[in-house]
Amino acid sequence: MTEPVAGERPRGKLKIYMGYAAGVGKTFQMLEDAQELKAKGVDVVVGYFEPHGRKDTIAKTEGLEFVPRKKVEYRGAEFEEMDAEAILARHPQVAVVDEYPHTNVPGCARAKRWEDVEALLDAGIDVLTTMNIQHLESLNDQVWQMTGIRVRETIPDWVVQRAGEVVMIDLTPRALLHRLERGAIYGREKAERAAQNFFRESTLAALRELALRQAAHEVEQRATAESGDRILIHVTDDPRSAMLIRRAKRVADFLGAECFAAVVEGAGGEAEEQHLNFARNLHIETRILEGEDAARVLVEFARRNRITQIFLARPRERGFRIGRNLAQQIVALATDMQVVIVSEREPR
Amino acid sequence: MVSGGRKTPEELLREIEGEEPRGGRGYLKIFLGYASGVGKSFRMLDEARRRRERGQDVVVGAVQPVAPADVEALLAKLEVIPLREGNAIDVERLLLRRPAVCFIDGLAYSNPPGSRHATRWQDVTDLLQAGIKVVASINVQYVEELRAEVESITGKRVSDTVPIAFLQSADEIEVVDAPPETPTRLREIALLLAADVVDRQLQRYLETHGIQQGGVAHERILLCVTPRSNIRAMIETGRIVAEKFHAELIAAYVDQPDVPEADRSALAEKLDQARAAGASVEELHGSDPVDAILEFARRRGITQLFIGHTQRSGLAARWRRAPVDRLIERSRGMDVRIFPQ
Repeated sequence: MTEPVAGERPRGKLKIYMGYAAGVGKTFQMLEDAQELKAKGVDVVVGYFEPHGRKDTIAKTEGLEFVPRKKVEYRGAEFEEMDAEAILARHPQVAVVDEYPHTNVPGCARAKRWEDVEALLDAGIDVLTTMNIQHLESLNDQVWQMTGIRVRETIPDWVVQRAGEVVMIDLTPRALLHRLERGAIYGREKAERAAQNFFRESTLAALRELALRQAAHEVEQRATAESGDRILIHVTDDPRSAMLIRRAKRVADFLGAECFAAVVEGAGGEAEEQHLNFARNLHIETRILEGEDAARVLVEFARRNRITQIFLARPRERGFRIGRNLAQQIVALATDMQVVIVSEREPR
Repeated sequence: MVSGGRKTPEELLREIEGEEPRGGRGYLKIFLGYASGVGKSFRMLDEARRRRERGQDVVVGAVQPVAPADVEALLAKLEVIPLREGNAIDVERLLLRRPAVCFIDGLAYSNPPGSRHATRWQDVTDLLQAGIKVVASINVQYVEELRAEVESITGKRVSDTVPIAFLQSADEIEVVDAPPETPTRLREIALLLAADVVDRQLQRYLETHGIQQGGVAHERILLCVTPRSNIRAMIETGRIVAEKFHAELIAAYVDQPDVPEADRSALAEKLDQARAAGASVEELHGSDPVDAILEFARRRGITQLFIGHTQRSGLAARWRRAPVDRLIERSRGMDVRIFPQ
């Protein structure tokens, strides 16, 4: 975290209201807190609010100042987005920003709402925001496995880790399903559709458990000391590299380990570069290694850099073959460190 | 089940846990907090109000001795059966009144001598047995098994407690999150306790409905132990990873016929080391160890499998695939962590 320079405002504080599904009451709680702050004389504005037609929640915005959304044209249609520049100009003490993982329409200054929020925080504005656990990058594969849904709008873990506070908004799945049935969450049609997949009771329970454990981890993580472990991720052009990177980074975060990603330059070209870029976005240091014998190059690099654990993607199943695959070669060479083979998580 | 006399807490717990499915037993919902004054009573009684407005037969069986104004306002709209002298809930009256749902604030209270049961949570089991749905509240510092740890954080000693198994028997648990001023470790304990309850309940649900669900929220680590493997590093890493992920740690070995005596005692020693690191131990059977391990791993939702690396050289490596390789090939849905030997 950056120290404030003299004359500069200190960075704003971020508070995240974390839930596990639409309708658990994140926005409601956030607005209630905003009202309380306003009553105490704090200068609060609503930077973005998504009403979803919920009367209780809309009522909670009464009396709060709204910064109007900006209109953005894209492919002949008009979209409304949060106006970060207008909020910066207005410069309140606290901004309320709903739906943290939202992706902005192309043509906006920043691609993601969490990047807009970073700009507000950098300007010294405190931000209250909402998100569901399934939007956390490192859980993307686990959530896919649980729900069969590939969540596209994700937030890197380091962004959430920088939050001053993560509040778990808890509600039991049964109570949530009741709300859904009464139509308090979605419109009727939407409710029926949602009930079929995401809102199955067992799926909700699993997501809720994930959220509770993550919230506990967020609390603990602030106290996690560096363990001295150093993790190296072997990135290739294999599309499963993203899954491998997410999982390895999650393990590194939990263990308090440093994390690196490396490719051994081959024919991978653009795909390799994309995967390294993905790793860098998750705040992983990356390296490009050169050499003929990929396994040897990787293990020697690991040894020189005091790596204690190498993470690889599980080799693809092939029929009868002669000789060892790359993973087997690495395992055979890396006799002085642990090797973790990560396999794809797939929905049943 | 028990012939005459009062049931012991252990017997009551066994009864609650043993019921599968839950038969006529009332449904138990718990609001779990970890700091006082965060509105746990309000949240709970607000649910009572909402249920009553929806036409349910709701009764409040226990309130806290001192209530803030917003709680008082809620109570004014609800039917309250007053506590008896000495703060015991009036079980007889509640059983006669037989509401659909009974709300009990403060689950951990002890009853005065001569009461039906020694503690309030035991009274609640009577209501549940009678088929009454109970919604109750408790703070994490009053959980028996967590008492020592909570005491070391807060410096406060509590005498009235509820066994963790009672909370784990709940059908629903809801965490009431508190502001950041409360000790973070307390918050973590409460969140993890709730996660464990959710996990147990989810497993029950999946089993009774015969659903196979992909993906698990709870990490589970399996240490594969063999008589000759060097497992010191494996156990140590297993212990650390389990602690950081709050994972379940299991050590398993595949029972083989005709194992030499020396190997048997080496195995026993290694399993003892695993137990000392907090692992539970499982004996697996099967003609093929790889099959046995993978079958167990699938069934138990293992997410991380730890195994020692077999070093082979020469012809053997070329002609017969090592167990590690066969395991990796079929390890869908989990990580395999290989330890050098």
